[in-house]
Amino acid sequence: MKNDTLVIGTGAGYAGDRVEPAIELAKHGNLDYIVFECLAERTIALAQLRKLHDPSAGYDSLLAYRLDKILPVCYQNKIRIITNMGAANPLAALEKTREIARRHGLDKMKIAAVVGDDVSGIIGEINPCLVETGQKLNQSLGSFVSANAYLGAESIIPALETGADVVITGRVADPSLFLAPMIYEFGWSLDNWTLLGKGTVIGHLMECAGQVTGGYYAEPGKKDVPGLGRLGFPIACIAGNGDGIITKLPEAGGVVNVSTCKEQLLYEIGDPAAYLTPDVTADFTKVGFKQIGPDKVLVTGGDGRRRPPTLKVSIGYHQGYIGEGEISYAGSGAVERGRLAAQIVKERLEAVGATYREIRYDLIGVDALHGAVADGKASGKPYEVRLRVAAKTDTREEAVLIGNEVETLYTNGPAGGGGARKHVSEIIAIVSAFIPRESIASRVVVKEVKEG
Amino acid sequence: MSRIKLWEIAHARAGDKGNAANISLIPYDEADYDLLAKTVTPDVVKEHFGPLVKGRITRYDLPNICAFNFVLEDSLAGGVTSSLALDTHGKSLSSALLEIEIDCPDRPCTV
Repeated sequence: MKNDTLVIGTGAGYAGDRVEPAIELAKHGNLDYIVFECLAERTIALAQLRKLHDPSAGYDSLLAYRLDKILPVCYQNKIRIITNMGAANPLAALEKTREIARRHGLDKMKIAAVVGDDVSGIIGEINPCLVETGQKLNQSLGSFVSANAYLGAESIIPALETGADVVITGRVADPSLFLAPMIYEFGWSLDNWTLLGKGTVIGHLMECAGQVTGGYYAEPGKKDVPGLGRLGFPIACIAGNGDGIITKLPEAGGVVNVSTCKEQLLYEIGDPAAYLTPDVTADFTKVGFKQIGPDKVLVTGGDGRRRPPTLKVSIGYHQGYIGEGEISYAGSGAVERGRLAAQIVKERLEAVGATYREIRYDLIGVDALHGAVADGKASGKPYEVRLRVAAKTDTREEAVLIGNEVETLYTNGPAGGGGARKHVSEIIAIVSAFIPRESIASRVVVKEVKEG
Repeated sequence: MSRIKLWEIAHARAGDKGNAANISLIPYDEADYDLLAKTVTPDVVKEHFGPLVKGRITRYDLPNICAFNFVLEDSLAGGVTSSLALDTHGKSLSSALLEIEIDCPDRPCTV
């Protein structure tokens, strides 16, 4: 920590996030830490598949790109990096990071990896009930491709204690990536639930990067966001008592106000009185926001209770394939021709004996987003519609048929069909379960750039 | 009394957890919190979304920040990893919520 407040920036809020805001923050944010959150529910299962093909793969596919740009400036400005870009292979990510650091001549840098979230080897034996089916794992799924427990801030502390400049994890709860440096720098006790709750509130506000600085927010005329095109990422300035200020660089685009904070506090949560993380049962119901300056919001009142006795595990498995096809119709009668086209595809799929588990027909521009909710709301008919047919199948061959029968509408369907596209994708679905905390022991591996 | 869309007086943000969507509802003017508490009940939301939401709807009230959190169970066709929907996350559901119409008492002129 450079001062008595801890300054943390967010460098990414999802795997594909923009890179420029992180560089801007590292250069001008006077940060102590920068956190890159890059792991959605399914990302780790896909990474696990890559690792099966190649043991040196399985970490975030943008890790090299991001770190190549950010490592030198972070090292120069003494900013420590915490990220879950390790995905399914934090140890391979560590080696890749050393390679990048070496190329930049940063020989003194220390890189740490946190491992232990991968429970694929023990989950079969534990055989927990799945939340989605209420049945035991081995009764619900024949096989699975990945099983990762959500580790907490506790797993990152030992890595920070080694003095590592970069800490790379696999699956860690998103707010925990931010809470860990607070616990470490302020010496908070791991059972001080109020402080952990306050820190989790800050982490939750920060974890989606631009979503608290004006991204996913603008509504022209009602909620205007200046400079959205050069949206900056957030900075949290945290005091030892857990209160914090959310802000951004003055030169960056975006806005931080009480409304952006309210929206983000309630983003992806259930009961606001019991936001469960591996660290704490956080309570958002006494949180207060106060605008204390331009793009500066004071956050107070977070609280918490004892952490849950179990850890959540996400289990990825093959659920078959999705076959899709799309085609567009325009002008007068577009809706009628789109519906006729859908009817034709239905008939032809039946005629060729296509099999699928589930199918849907959408007219994009009419009802694809909200179905019956949109009925009668639009004034007049749309100028164009796009038919989309999507089906879930057991095999790739069956999925291919869906798009084919949409494409053949070019020469075998209603007048003026254009822009047909078809696509097949493999479904890696996720189910979840809870396992006893004691069944997991995380550990830290640290290496200097120059050694071995 | 006038009929207004929630969009005129409130904003919202949608998120997802598995097969459940959650949508915040936040009045621009904190003075409208009580009006929303009275008019935007889980039943009203359930009726608005119709067959789109197959499960239960729960409303959590946060008077501390004058906001509400609606949790819509079984509303994402299986959830982001396996849904056939175009918007697999249900991110656009916030805009659908703001289409709900409510009766709004006529406001005193504040000029």
